[in-house]
Amino acid sequence: MAGTTATERSGTSKGGGTLYRGDLGMWSWVAHRITGVLTFFFLFAHVLDTALVRVSPDAYDKVIETYKNPVVNLFEVGLVGAVLYHALNGIRVMLVDFWAKGPRYQRQMLWAILAVWVLVMVPGAYFMLVRTVTEMFGGQ
Amino acid sequence: MSELTLAKPRTPRRPAARRSNGELYSWLFMRISGLALVVLVLGHLFIMNVLDGGVHRINFGFVAGRWASPFWQFWDLAMLWLAQIHGGNGLRTVINDYARKDATRFWLKVLLYVSMVLIIGLGTYVIFTFDPNITD
Repeated sequence: MAGTTATERSGTSKGGGTLYRGDLGMWSWVAHRITGVLTFFFLFAHVLDTALVRVSPDAYDKVIETYKNPVVNLFEVGLVGAVLYHALNGIRVMLVDFWAKGPRYQRQMLWAILAVWVLVMVPGAYFMLVRTVTEMFGGQ
Repeated sequence: MSELTLAKPRTPRRPAARRSNGELYSWLFMRISGLALVVLVLGHLFIMNVLDGGVHRINFGFVAGRWASPFWQFWDLAMLWLAQIHGGNGLRTVINDYARKDATRFWLKVLLYVSMVLIIGLGTYVIFTFDPNITD
């Protein structure tokens, strides 16, 4: 057992940057998969609800009406966060693949896209939630 | 005496399996479509959730106004096709990685492909046949 862990751990990418398993790069990949799968399932539902415009304006408006509540609003922010991460990390993956220095800077690029994510999500969440929050706390 | 036919040393027992470049093309497609989707999807999310004020503004009339323009019809059509194939390809990889039995893998992929065809077909149909005067 000790042998196995020793082999697995040997060459952790701290210095050399060869081993991917268990490292930051692996977690960015895990998050990429999870956000991708979540988006796929959302898209399935989103196309079905939009297809209701072909049934009747009333059917469409009724379903959209159920989306106009604070909980769904919060899910929307989560969805935007997931898609934004997937997009930014996708760009990072492309840079790792096609840019000669990409693999060397994969960690720095991860921190960079996380910084961009935060910078976009803070105002983004504000604009998406401002209406819900004012409604909940006694706005019109 | 007939000539003895001996295989040359190191001749493979069977001719090399013909390898297709399918996985290479799928890998390349993920990058190219991903780049297009960054613009299409992030643009869509930004316009819908921030500029246009989010789901609270959306109703049948909003959709009618939007799809009155061929530009947005084309935008949504491109987004639908690319996102479905990109996402379907991603899910195919996920299924290949985690399904343990051949049967499970097969049926999950059948389910995936059916849902992709359904969503692409339905979405395309809706974009092209949308009728703002459906009311009557």
